Amino acid sequence: MSQAPAIRQIGQPLRRREDFKLLAGKGRYVDDIKLPGMLHMAVLRSPHAHARIGRVDLSAARSAPGVRLALSGQALDGKIGPIRPNWIIPGSKVPSRPVIAIDRVRFVGECVALVVAETLAEAYDAVGLIDVDYEVLPAVTDEEVAVRDGAPQLHDNVPGNITTIYKVRGGDYQKVSREADHVIGLRVVNNRLIPTCMETRAIVAAPELDGTLTVYIGSQVPHMHRRWIAETVGIPEHQLRVVAPDIGGGFGAKMHLYSEDLLCPYLARELGAPVKWWESRSESHQSTSHGRAHTERIEVAFTNEGKILGLKVETLGNVGAYLSNMASGGPTVNTVNFGTGTYKIDNYEAISRVVVTNTVPVDAYRGYGRPEGAYIAERAIDAVARHLKLDQVEVRRKNFVQPAEFPYRPYGSMGVMYDSGNYQGLLDKALAAFDYDRRRSECEALRGSGIYRGIGVAAYTHMCGMAPSRRLAVSGFDRGGWESARVSIDSSGRATIYSGSMSQGQGHITSLSQIAADVLQIPIENIEVVQGDTRQVQAGHGTFNSRSMAVGGSSVHVSSQRIVAKAKKIAASMLEVDEKDVSYSAGAFSVPGTDIPPVTFSKVARMAYVGHKLPDRLEPGLDETVFYDPTGMGSPSGVHLAYVEVDPETGIVDILDYVAVDDVGTLINPRLAAGQIHGGVVQGIAQALYEEVSYDADNGQLLTGSLLDYAVPRAEHVPNIRSLFQETPSPTNPIGVKGIGESGSIAAPPCMVHAVLDAVSPFGITHLDMPLTPPRIWAAVQEARKGAGQ
Amino acid sequence: MSTREERHTVTFEINGARKTVAAEARRLLVHLIREDLGLTGTHVGCDTSQCGACTVEIDGLAVKSCTVLAVSAEGASITTIEGLTPGTDLDPIQAAFHEHHALQCGFCTPGMVMSVRQLLKDQPAPSEHDIRRGLAGNICRCTGYHNIVRAVESLASKGEQS
Amino acid sequence: MIPAAFDYVRASSLTQAIDLLRNDPDGTKLLAGGHTLLPSLKLRLASPALLVDIGDLAELKGIEISETGIRIGALTTHAELFASLPLNEQLPLFRQAAGLIADPQVRNRGTIGGSLANADPAADWPAVMLALQAEIEIAGTSGFRTILARDFFVDIFSTVLEADEILARINIPRPTAGTRFVYRKIRHPASGFAVVGIAIALRLSQNLVSEATIGVTGAANHAFVGEDAADFLIGKTLSRENIDQAARLLSEATECLSDRYASADYRANLIQVELKRALLALTP
Repeated sequence: MSQAPAIRQIGQPLRRREDFKLLAGKGRYVDDIKLPGMLHMAVLRSPHAHARIGRVDLSAARSAPGVRLALSGQALDGKIGPIRPNWIIPGSKVPSRPVIAIDRVRFVGECVALVVAETLAEAYDAVGLIDVDYEVLPAVTDEEVAVRDGAPQLHDNVPGNITTIYKVRGGDYQKVSREADHVIGLRVVNNRLIPTCMETRAIVAAPELDGTLTVYIGSQVPHMHRRWIAETVGIPEHQLRVVAPDIGGGFGAKMHLYSEDLLCPYLARELGAPVKWWESRSESHQSTSHGRAHTERIEVAFTNEGKILGLKVETLGNVGAYLSNMASGGPTVNTVNFGTGTYKIDNYEAISRVVVTNTVPVDAYRGYGRPEGAYIAERAIDAVARHLKLDQVEVRRKNFVQPAEFPYRPYGSMGVMYDSGNYQGLLDKALAAFDYDRRRSECEALRGSGIYRGIGVAAYTHMCGMAPSRRLAVSGFDRGGWESARVSIDSSGRATIYSGSMSQGQGHITSLSQIAADVLQIPIENIEVVQGDTRQVQAGHGTFNSRSMAVGGSSVHVSSQRIVAKAKKIAASMLEVDEKDVSYSAGAFSVPGTDIPPVTFSKVARMAYVGHKLPDRLEPGLDETVFYDPTGMGSPSGVHLAYVEVDPETGIVDILDYVAVDDVGTLINPRLAAGQIHGGVVQGIAQALYEEVSYDADNGQLLTGSLLDYAVPRAEHVPNIRSLFQETPSPTNPIGVKGIGESGSIAAPPCMVHAVLDAVSPFGITHLDMPLTPPRIWAAVQEARKGAGQ
Repeated sequence: MSTREERHTVTFEINGARKTVAAEARRLLVHLIREDLGLTGTHVGCDTSQCGACTVEIDGLAVKSCTVLAVSAEGASITTIEGLTPGTDLDPIQAAFHEHHALQCGFCTPGMVMSVRQLLKDQPAPSEHDIRRGLAGNICRCTGYHNIVRAVESLASKGEQS
Repeated sequence: MIPAAFDYVRASSLTQAIDLLRNDPDGTKLLAGGHTLLPSLKLRLASPALLVDIGDLAELKGIEISETGIRIGALTTHAELFASLPLNEQLPLFRQAAGLIADPQVRNRGTIGGSLANADPAADWPAVMLALQAEIEIAGTSGFRTILARDFFVDIFSTVLEADEILARINIPRPTAGTRFVYRKIRHPASGFAVVGIAIALRLSQNLVSEATIGVTGAANHAFVGEDAADFLIGKTLSRENIDQAARLLSEATECLSDRYASADYRANLIQVELKRALLALTP
């Protein structure tokens, strides 16, 4: 057995242990699973945004070659469903959501009927033979239109199309807005996005000989899916095994409960055969949850010096046709709670309305609410700087929460607490790396020669981990905040970690091994990590809200500590000394100050299993399971800077540089951490410059139905990302991590918008809504030139 | 004339092995590769030839196998990701991806690697701009491309030295 | 993602392919590179009964360069046009344009004939063909006919090709020595197609424009020739004023398309901007 590591593993930029199979084409994603006798499901989706369903004629489909079964919503009514949200903000009106539409469809893409056939081709062919009579109803897709009087109504129990009204208040905004030197208002749009995991959703449900059911699904939350499927389909939870194999990206989209997740298990049991469903990309655009889709009205009150006195926010969060899994929490708790960002704004007043429309349901997408919240704070402070013609950096510095103020509760909030941070430090590091002063003068100098360059700044903070459990009850979140980890040592002293977290590409096998290795003091290669199988992993909540290292990692840490504690007892017995005299270092238990020969971890492990020399009343075995419930949430923060050049003749934006300085607490693996920043930033740049879901406002048709018109950036559309870190460990967990996955997608959108606005500021442009496409920028320049009489 | 249900016999070489397979006319090459031959390293990520997850080599050229009919592969020589490393080693491109952390979820990776092969064949010492342009046919949603570009750059500089 | 069922025939001669087209003109589609056809079949936007694969037809292949001109087989791929040294020595426009089409994998498979016959209003080759004053050679039941590229494109996705005809070759007259070429394009970020693309062939004699042809794609229902703008330039220097005037004339030559991504005004502006930039690039 190799020697224990001499260096701490946490903080090492190890290369990933999971790479080989993925690089060799030996990954196993759900669509790679092929079982004997497997049938294929295909779904007929509504072509209308809003319609009454008349007759559904399945006869031709039923007699088509290879077809085993064809069903419409009527046949499932009362058998499975309805689909219930998992997060219901108190007071919300929850629309009933059948698994397949019964008498009415409410968005283009809603399931109307299904076919199960022997091959996927036959299933597709038969779906084409289903004939449905629709009576088309007026549709509404825009959140501002949906709340107006006379707008088409989606659900009888949701008057005015508003499911939820949520208010946050601290201090006295009204008072400070009367006293302030300036009050300005702005309306900002957080464009609707499609998460676009490169692996679309897929599911295989397979009845087993013993009467249980195995469901293979690319799930960020396998144990949650087990619970939801069990409850909604009516399968005893212990007879349901959910297996999440390799997952081709999640970004939030693979943590919800979709119709197909229920249909395959139901149909597999009905037909006594494995049933697979695979989502094509164009289908995905109309069946997998979208993200963002907000309109915010913001008012900010401030002094002549640029000190913000108060902020008022009105959010309209478009959640599509039904309340999806977490949908009532996104525009509310997750957005407006964070509307003051990194700034000390004591007087805050926010109201969020959650609005249903005839569109694909909107749910969590990388950052969920925090990108929208940060956008509020950042667009507001940028508007202040612009209004007063003050330097954007100095205005931020003036309003930052100070290092000594942590833990900090913004606007006296009961729900939000930023555990730690040093925003000034982040800013200074970012400015230095960016060479801000030189570039500032460069911008000014070039403007004279008709070159329009701009610098964007954005700061953010948020909270990761959705914990502790007892606090989640208040907001109606129907799950805990803990994560579980089992560390099982075999008789040779090697470890297997069973983690309730679920990697979708983050590299947990590597990072969780690093956490365990430091405590267990055994080499990384002696550690295996198991995730994504409810039969193997005891329990879990999975991966979302950047929680895997903060909560899942802490769980592994604590579990490993318990292993060492027990091993120490066994070692003491083996060494025939008192436990308190034993010390553990470099993988060996020794008795300092004596010449007693140390005993290695592997020898202790062996003893744990043979049980020959255990202390009295100590059970054999070396295997510990922990349900770690954090005491609080860590608050990552960061300052990002972008340098762009805008061609006013074409509106094209060239990104010249991007610097990200993030404080995500302790870095487990700097290499993987930087990778998370790169990916998040590019998704944020995508929101700022390229991506937008469009609906036809008149008939509710989805206009960005494929990757031919929905612009996911390619390599040529994005810059290199210079990722730097500042580490202020979180006091909320034993390893000091805060969470990283969402950081980039929170910071980048305002950063990019500010850079472009800075570049076109000579034209007098002060506002643009995302995505800042060339035609949109050009039109704004034209408008401004016209206004200026040029 | 053939009937629609009729299967056509297609003979081709894949990863060095000769295969004869019966396929419906409408069968896409990617489905033949994945389902009939069980080579599931080639992925399907879209349906409009945008994402490149299905990229394989046909007669030495990188192509999107979701946009080729299986019957058109008659007589072709095909290489998939599984053909690069028959053993347990990684080829230089794969090794560079590992070294530079150029993959996260891994779904786009096989197609990306196949495109990098084409890129380096066309331009042994590409600039960063060349690399970004050369990978225009592949979408990655995880890495932000940053480390993919680094991985390819590392291969380019090696190319210059040799 | 899976096309509706169809029959498939690999044609062994041009005559056979034409006969098959004539048998069932509405239900038969030709398959060349397949990069327009197959996506539309996968999305079931089209469901032909028969696909005739013309990939084996030698008479549709190859690039021939002679004293009088250049002959390009319809099956020549974008990548081949990009890579051909003799072709690009004569007409560097091919390399410029091919390099801006889609992506490497698509270029390895997609063909120039397929692109022209499909007549996507935002495709690149139509503009190039117009600038080069190409002639399209069409095979039909009664042999071959030729038509100037400028008369070939009729409307959005529509050409003069009859249902039983096959675009066989492209003939390009050998350019006068000293002719300069440029293709500029603004790409749609998702599709890679041209929001506006402009191809120019231009010759200067003693700083005066002696020959000029301009092809524009992306802006209108089909690619068009910027006749007024080209005529205006003849006999003039490429001064700032003349370039501006040509750009104005070119943008006035058509009613521009408007779609979700780009307004007609934006496209009209791009025509001007891109023409100016193209002409500046050609100014010695």
